[in-house]
Amino acid sequence: MAMITKKKIGTVATWIMTFLLMIVICLPGLWVVLTGFRPNREILAKPAIWIPENLSLDNFAKIFGFGAEQIAIPVPAYFTNSLVIALTSTFIALLIGMSGGYAFARYRFKHKNGYFLGLMLSRTVPGIALSLPIFMVWSKLGLIDTKLGMIIIYVALNIPFTIWLIDGFFRQIPKEMSEAAQVDGCTRWQAFWQIEFPLAKSGVASAGIFAFLTSWNEYALASQLTRSTDSKTLPVGLMDFTAQFTIDWAGMSAMAVIIIVPALILTFLVQKHLIAGLTFGGVKG
Amino acid sequence: MADIQLNNVTKNYGKLEVVHGINLDIEHNEFVVLVGPSGCGKSTTLRMIAGLEEITGGEISIGGRVVNDLAPRKRDISMVFQNYALYPHMTVRENLGFGLKIAKQSKDIIEQRVNEAAAILSIEDLMDRTPAELSGGQRQRVAMGRAIVRHPQVFLFDEPLSNLDAKLRVQMRTEIKRLHQKVKTTIVYVTHDQVEAMTLADRIVVMKDGHIVQVGAPLDVFERPVDTFVASFIGSPPMNLIPGEIALQDGRLHVVFQAENTMPVPRDLADKVVEGQKVIFGFRADDMMPKAHSLPILGEAYDLRLAVDIAEPLGTETLLFSTFSGADIQTKMFNPRRVEPGEVMDFNCALDKTHLFDAQTGKSLRG
Repeated sequence: MAMITKKKIGTVATWIMTFLLMIVICLPGLWVVLTGFRPNREILAKPAIWIPENLSLDNFAKIFGFGAEQIAIPVPAYFTNSLVIALTSTFIALLIGMSGGYAFARYRFKHKNGYFLGLMLSRTVPGIALSLPIFMVWSKLGLIDTKLGMIIIYVALNIPFTIWLIDGFFRQIPKEMSEAAQVDGCTRWQAFWQIEFPLAKSGVASAGIFAFLTSWNEYALASQLTRSTDSKTLPVGLMDFTAQFTIDWAGMSAMAVIIIVPALILTFLVQKHLIAGLTFGGVKG
Repeated sequence: MADIQLNNVTKNYGKLEVVHGINLDIEHNEFVVLVGPSGCGKSTTLRMIAGLEEITGGEISIGGRVVNDLAPRKRDISMVFQNYALYPHMTVRENLGFGLKIAKQSKDIIEQRVNEAAAILSIEDLMDRTPAELSGGQRQRVAMGRAIVRHPQVFLFDEPLSNLDAKLRVQMRTEIKRLHQKVKTTIVYVTHDQVEAMTLADRIVVMKDGHIVQVGAPLDVFERPVDTFVASFIGSPPMNLIPGEIALQDGRLHVVFQAENTMPVPRDLADKVVEGQKVIFGFRADDMMPKAHSLPILGEAYDLRLAVDIAEPLGTETLLFSTFSGADIQTKMFNPRRVEPGEVMDFNCALDKTHLFDAQTGKSLRG
């Protein structure tokens, strides 16, 4: 009997600890989402109103320019910019990551380890440290405040990671698979698409989502290199809600929700692959 | 006709030459086994025939057509890999039909050929499983099925049994032999296991350090090894090899070993050696048997007495380990009885079946 009680207490304690930990992790996010649905006066009320009383979509209508109240922030343009920049840079980073990862996994060439180490070392440089040189080069090339400029930067930021991750996946696939396919009648290209690519799919998917999230959430470089609706992304756009004396918390939170939702949807969609991707190597093929 | 010719084929990796100008003619429907220790170039040779490795020099032709620059898919071959290389994301049926699908065969033909192959290998029950759901032996069968389904001119096997346990290996060995009898095709088979080579091959090709050392029917290679390498590599247990020197004793040439032990030179080799020549004397365990436990000896027999250190009973026979003039030797006892360690026994040696090799070159003196 005593044993069972002890075990029960242990279980309850574990749950309480988990709950507390989850609160610490989730509460800020939850608070942002809740704030996105609440009117400004309730958000700023003193003493604070902990349990929301009015929940509405007014803030979202407002930032997208519907409804009675309108604000002068071009959220739809920022949203489009973010989407175009993140998707394009992810697509390119994946293509290059796949080619590079395949080459590193399958071919022998001179200084291979050196190149690989170089790629990895480039990850150790904080992006913001590059902002001034990039600014100077980009201004000479006329790439400041263009989507292309941001796409190039994000592709460059993501490539080392996509190559590294995808390389690991191709390395796991015995090269005999491709050889068997070639003996079976495939060209090298067919062997890649029919056999090796399907087997490395989860690696490509995980690399894709990481690349997308990096580009989608990046703030530091974008804040330096974008100016207008031509290229400004959502995270940078968030700062538009701060004026000299006031901050529009409601609008800002609504926009934060807009930033979070596509990333969440994408993560859910490829979640299965993502888990396979993160635990690869643990399972014998 | 699917004969294969290798003419002076070489392979370099960078500056390192790993296959040194080998020549080999493989006949139509022949089962040829390339055998040798690891690193001897046998797998590289097979992969060059398959087109998976480029040829540095020389010429390979299959069915009279030079294939040096042809991609694997254009050589009309199929291959069974050591790790099977089944496509993990496809079912057994899809694995078998993959080659035909790529060749854009009609669905009816694919189904018919796949079922035919499945029947030959008795894997009809496994068709809807994925490779992960199969045992080692079943995977092996599927890999063979994938090879036969396209009716290629040539089958290539790259150590296909080395991942199986001992019992399954013996069983699959028989299956491969049966397959060759059912599906008459030229087969080139690579293994490091000389038992596989002996049991399967029409002809054995023994390789060492990128050279072909000997080519011949299994029994020829077993009975007439060209040098000490083949003598010790082919046959289990390996041939006993004891260094000695030729000397004239009692009017007959003898091999004199350490500690003054001697053995007469077999009569047919008497004119191949001269007094003072350093040689290596070789005999198989089966050719040195304790008296009263031996098989009938054809030709000249020679008696000697040996102390037995260790006896390994194998059931129908017992392997006896002794020391002879500083060399460890193995002999065989038929209709065995219990042998005590250290027991001294009288042996019969089938002298006409013994071998002499040149001590310097290692080459057989039978020529």
